[in-house]
Amino acid sequence: MARVRNDFEGRRWQRFRAWLNEGDTSLDSLLMDAVDGRSSAPQPAPSAPESADPGAVNHLPLSAVQARRARAEKFSRGLYRTLAVLICFGLIGVLLATAAALPPFGNPDNPVHNEVSRRYIEQGMAETGAVNVVAGMILDYRAFDTLGESNVLFTAACAVLILLRLGVSDRVRRWERDLDARLYEPQNDAILQTLARFLTPMALLFGFYIVLNGHLSPGGGFSGGAVMGAGLILYLNAFGYEKTARFMNYRVFQTASCAALTFYAAAKSYSFFTGANHLPSFINAGIPGMLFSAGLIPYLNIAVGLVVCCTMYAFYTLFRKGDM
Amino acid sequence: MSLALWQSIPLACVLLPLGSAALTAFLPGRWARRWCLLALALITGLSAVFVLRIWSFGRSYTYPMGHYPAPWGNELRAGPLEAAAGLVFALVMLLSMLGGLGWLDRHIAEEKHALYCALMLLLCASLQAQVYTNDLFTAYVFIEIMTLAAAVLIAVRSSGPALLAATRYMIMNLIASALFLLGVILLYDLTGHLLMEPIHIKVQELAASGAYHLPLTVVVAVMASGLAIKSALFPFHTWVPGAYGTSTPASAAVLSGLVSKGYIFLLLKVFHRVIGLETIAQTGIGDVLLFFGLAGMICGSVAALSQCDLRRMLAWSSVAQIGYIFAGLGLGTEAGLSAAVVHMLAHAACKSLLFISAGGLYTGESGDTDFSRLSGAALSAPLAGAGFTIGALSIIGLPFLGGFTSKLALAQAAAAIGGPGGWAVLICLILSTLLNVLYFFRALLILWKRGETAPGHPPLTHRTASGLAVTALSLLNFAIGVLAVPLLQLVRSGLGLLD
Repeated sequence: MARVRNDFEGRRWQRFRAWLNEGDTSLDSLLMDAVDGRSSAPQPAPSAPESADPGAVNHLPLSAVQARRARAEKFSRGLYRTLAVLICFGLIGVLLATAAALPPFGNPDNPVHNEVSRRYIEQGMAETGAVNVVAGMILDYRAFDTLGESNVLFTAACAVLILLRLGVSDRVRRWERDLDARLYEPQNDAILQTLARFLTPMALLFGFYIVLNGHLSPGGGFSGGAVMGAGLILYLNAFGYEKTARFMNYRVFQTASCAALTFYAAAKSYSFFTGANHLPSFINAGIPGMLFSAGLIPYLNIAVGLVVCCTMYAFYTLFRKGDM
Repeated sequence: MSLALWQSIPLACVLLPLGSAALTAFLPGRWARRWCLLALALITGLSAVFVLRIWSFGRSYTYPMGHYPAPWGNELRAGPLEAAAGLVFALVMLLSMLGGLGWLDRHIAEEKHALYCALMLLLCASLQAQVYTNDLFTAYVFIEIMTLAAAVLIAVRSSGPALLAATRYMIMNLIASALFLLGVILLYDLTGHLLMEPIHIKVQELAASGAYHLPLTVVVAVMASGLAIKSALFPFHTWVPGAYGTSTPASAAVLSGLVSKGYIFLLLKVFHRVIGLETIAQTGIGDVLLFFGLAGMICGSVAALSQCDLRRMLAWSSVAQIGYIFAGLGLGTEAGLSAAVVHMLAHAACKSLLFISAGGLYTGESGDTDFSRLSGAALSAPLAGAGFTIGALSIIGLPFLGGFTSKLALAQAAAAIGGPGGWAVLICLILSTLLNVLYFFRALLILWKRGETAPGHPPLTHRTASGLAVTALSLLNFAIGVLAVPLLQLVRSGLGLLD
C-alpha cells in the first residue's frame, strides 16, 4: 500500500475509466490485504492518466487519506495480532485434548505394536542381514523414503549454493566480493591448530567408523556424516580456507555428492525393479555381523554419509559468504 | 503376480529425475538445460505411453518398492487418474521450462542455471512421487523436497521482493508441513501403519467402533489445513501474490500450475484412499472446504480486479481458481470430485500458459508488468498476445477451451446436489465468472490497445522455444476443451478405482 492514491474521481464512470486504463487501486479496500500490502515492494506511482481530464480529478487532501489509511492499517494489525493469539491458544487446546485421547504410551495393546513392527524386529536381521535393525528399516524395508531424505539434504545444499555462493561471472554483483568471508579470516591460532591437528583425524576416522558400521551398531550414514562434517569444519576454522581447499573444494563437493546420490538412485532402482518384478538379484544379505554383509546397506550408508558430510560443510562455508 | 514392463513406468518417472538431479547440478549451464529438457520430455513421453496402456488395462495396480510386500515396504500405486495427472504435470513442466528459458537468461546468472535445472528436476520427481505414492510418509518426504525447491525457485531471482516472497512462502509452507507431519504421526499412532490401504482398513474399523473419535477428527483437520495452506486456499493465500508475482516466468508457471496441484492431488488421495469419503463426510470438513473455496472464488477475483500489475493479477486469479477446486472437493460427491480434478488439470494448463505468454509481453528493458506500461504490448508480440488471450478465455470458460469443461462439470455437480450448498456454488460460480470476464477483458483491452507507438520488448533469447511452448500450451488447452468427454470418463473411472 505504499503507492500514493491519486485518483479519487467523483464520478463512477471516470473511476471505471481510470481503473480500466491505469489500474486504479481504490478497489483495494474491498479486500483486506493488509499483510500483503505491508511487505510488498513499493510500486511506482503511476504517471498521471493521459486520457482523463486533469480538471476532473478531485484530490482529497493527502493528510486525510494518509490518516485514514494509517487508522485502517493499525486496526488490521491489531486484528491480526489478536486473531493470531486466539488461534494459537485454540490450537494448543485442541492438540492437548488430542494428546490426552491418544493410546496411552507404552501400552502393549497399542495399535503400533502390530505385525509391521513385529516383523521388523523379529525377522529384520534375517531378512536384511543388518544387525542394527534401524539401518535395516530405513535402508532396506523403506529405502525409498531414505532416498527422498538424502535428496531433501541435496535440495537444501542446492538452495544454499544458488542463493549464497558468490558468482564468478556475475558482473552486476561484483560489490559482493567485499562480502567474501575468506578475506577476513582469523590469524593462525596456535592452540586451535594444535588441537585441530590432533582432533581432525580422530573425528574423521570416528565418523567413517560410524558410517561403515552403520549396519552393525548404532549409527549410520546420517550420524557418521555429521561427525565427519564437523571434523572438516574444525580443520577449516583452524587452518583457513586455502589449506582446506587443497582437499575439500567445490570440485570435491560436486564429485562426492553427485557420485553418492547417483549411486544411491541407481542401486535402489535396480533393487526396486528386481523386487517388484520378482527377478533374481545379486544382492544377498550375507552373514549378519560381518562388515561386508546386509546387501546394499553398507554402500548406501557410505553414500548417505558422503552427502551429509558434504552438505554440512557446504552449509558452513556458504553461510559465511564466499566460495567453498 | 508378475508385472509387465510398462507397469514400471511410474518408477521411472520418479527415479529418472531424482537420480539425474545431482548430475545436472554440476553440468555446465547449457548442458544442464538440455538434459533437464530431455529428461522432462522423456518423462512426458513415458507418461503418455502409460496413459494409453493403463486406459486399455482398465484397472489400477500397486508396485512394491523393493523385495518386501505391502505393509512392510514402500509402494507405488497407479491407475488412470494418477496416469492422467502424471502426464499433465510432466507436460506442463516441460513446456513451462521451455517457455521460460528466455527470461531465465536475464533473471539468473548463467552459472546458476545448472542448479536451477536440478531443482526443477527435483520438483518434477517430487510431483510424480506425490501422484504415484501409496505411502503417507513417502508423501511427506517429497513434500519437503517440493517446499524447499519451490522456495528457491522464487528466491533465485535474488531481487528484494522475490527474497521477501520466498521467505514468506517458506514460513507458511513449513507451518503447513508441520501440520501434515502431525497428521501422519497421529494417524500412525492410531493405526500402526504408514501405507494407505492398511490405514484405510484400520480407520474404517475405528470409525465403525467410534473409538478415538477426537484424534481422528483432528487428523483430518490438520492434514486438510496443512495441504490447504500449501495449495493457497483462500484464508491462507497471503503468500501467493508475492510468490507468483515476483518470480521468473518459468518458476511462476510451475508454482501456480503444478506445485499447488500436487498438494491438492495428495489431499484427494488422503480423503479418498486414507480416511475414506464416508468418514470425511462425518467430520464435516467438506463443508468447511466448500465455504472457504467459495470465499476464495469471490475474494480472489475481487482482489484481481484491483491489481495494477499483470503478474499479480494472474496470481490473485490463481487464488480464485484454487477456490473452484476446493469447492468441487467440498461438494463431496463423485461428480464434484471429478469436476475438481478436471479443473485442476485445466487450470494447470491455462495458468502456465498465462504466465509463460505474459513473459513475452513484458515491456521495457527490465520487463515492466505495470498495466500503465503494457498498453498495446500484445500488438508488438502477437504470438504471446494470442497465447495470453487463449489462456484468459480458457479461464473465463469459453467453449472448446479447458476452463469450460471444468466449470461446466462443477456446475453440473452443484446442480445435481441442489440444496443451499449447490445453489451457493452455482451463484458463486456465475459471480466469479463475471468477475473473471471483467478483469481479464480489461487486461486484454489494455494489451491489444492500438497506441501511437508500440512498446518495445526486452531482447530475449530462446524465442523459438518460447513460441513453441506457447503454441503447445494453447493446443493443450484446446485439447482439454475438445476432448472433454473422454477426459471426464478417464477421471471418473480413475476416481472409481482410487478406493
